[in-house]
Amino acid sequence: MLRVVLIKELAITRGERTLFSRLDLTLRAGEAAVLTGRNGAGKTSLLRAVAGLLRPAEGTIAFESETGPIEADTARAEHLHLLGHQDGLKSSRTAWEELRFQTLWTGGTEDNARAAAKRFDLNRLLDLEVRRLSAGQRRRLALARLAASPRALWLLDEPMAPLDAGQRAAFGQVMAEHLAGGGMILASVHDPLPIPTRSVPIGMEGAGR
Amino acid sequence: MKGFGILLRRELALAWGKGGGPLLALTFYACVVVLLPMASGRAPERLAAIAPGIAWLALALAALLSLERLFERDYEDGTLDLLALGPAPLEAVAVAKCLAQWLATGAPLALAAPVAALMLGADLRVMPLLVLCALAGGLAFAFLGGLGAALALGSKRGGLLVAVIVLPLFAPPVIFGAGALDGYSAGLPWTGGLLLLLAYCVGAIALSPLAMGAACRNALD
Repeated sequence: MLRVVLIKELAITRGERTLFSRLDLTLRAGEAAVLTGRNGAGKTSLLRAVAGLLRPAEGTIAFESETGPIEADTARAEHLHLLGHQDGLKSSRTAWEELRFQTLWTGGTEDNARAAAKRFDLNRLLDLEVRRLSAGQRRRLALARLAASPRALWLLDEPMAPLDAGQRAAFGQVMAEHLAGGGMILASVHDPLPIPTRSVPIGMEGAGR
Repeated sequence: MKGFGILLRRELALAWGKGGGPLLALTFYACVVVLLPMASGRAPERLAAIAPGIAWLALALAALLSLERLFERDYEDGTLDLLALGPAPLEAVAVAKCLAQWLATGAPLALAAPVAALMLGADLRVMPLLVLCALAGGLAFAFLGGLGAALALGSKRGGLLVAVIVLPLFAPPVIFGAGALDGYSAGLPWTGGLLLLLAYCVGAIALSPLAMGAACRNALD
């Protein structure tokens, strides 16, 4: 299981523009860090860089388990999960088909998927096509797949945006349990998360633009 | 490759659902069989002469139409991010997508091709070879079309780009397949064309996933 994420001297550029540089961040099992900063500061880019989808200009992102360092590719294929702006759901498939596939794809089982559906109050929606779900329901479906797969590091990009107050509290509970079980959360947020977190400011204040 | 099977089944369901399957193949060839005599004249011997070639060409065009958005949808709705974080590398994801596309549209089209050729008056003897060529050619078209779709990912006029990229890649299998069919119906040596077609198909399956994986990674960056 993944225990530590080590980000050292990280710099990310998009085209000619440097979003941020010299970012150091260490995340250990049971910890949650939130990335704060203005729009366009590079929060999403940092999450995508940790997920291996985006190549950083400089610096390293390393992963360690209790037995030692893990290859970045292995970590990305087995230990982390990303929830981006888009939910990544196919509108023509039913909620259950999507949840089941995404759970199996990321190493969970069908029972995990059922438990997560129950947890996120999705049972009534499972037979519906994704196109019939509201934005908040889709987001809950996307969050359920996080809870359903056995992956330690959650990379969340504005996870709370479309949720109502009750669902936010419920997801806070799920996140707290994930951390208590040795998980890690790295999230980009504008509103604070309902769990204890460490705040990491992202972006170059005025410089480098 | 546990993940590969799961993904293949899902892609197959998606491709079959969104306008693939045998019904599409039959409708497509119905259009060809009805419209071609109207466009080229009704002389039976002329139709019979070009029938295998037309069945073959229709296959390439159908592949071009259906493959254009192979990766685009996943890229737009965020699914490609998730696929990149799965147990299989993006190269294997690309293989699963192309294979599913071929099973859902290419293979039914290949099986419907002789029906169309027969209705246009082609010789019955040529049918087994036509099916074989269409199956192998369709597989090559699926992988090469997938390559075009992956390379065009994220560009504004992707459809145009796919057609331009894919045109030179589609030319050799069309030539080899038509050569084999022509040779066979004229009683000339035909195995050379078939073997070249099969070799081209194998080459496409072996090499294009590498390019598709790299192109997807590039688009996500």
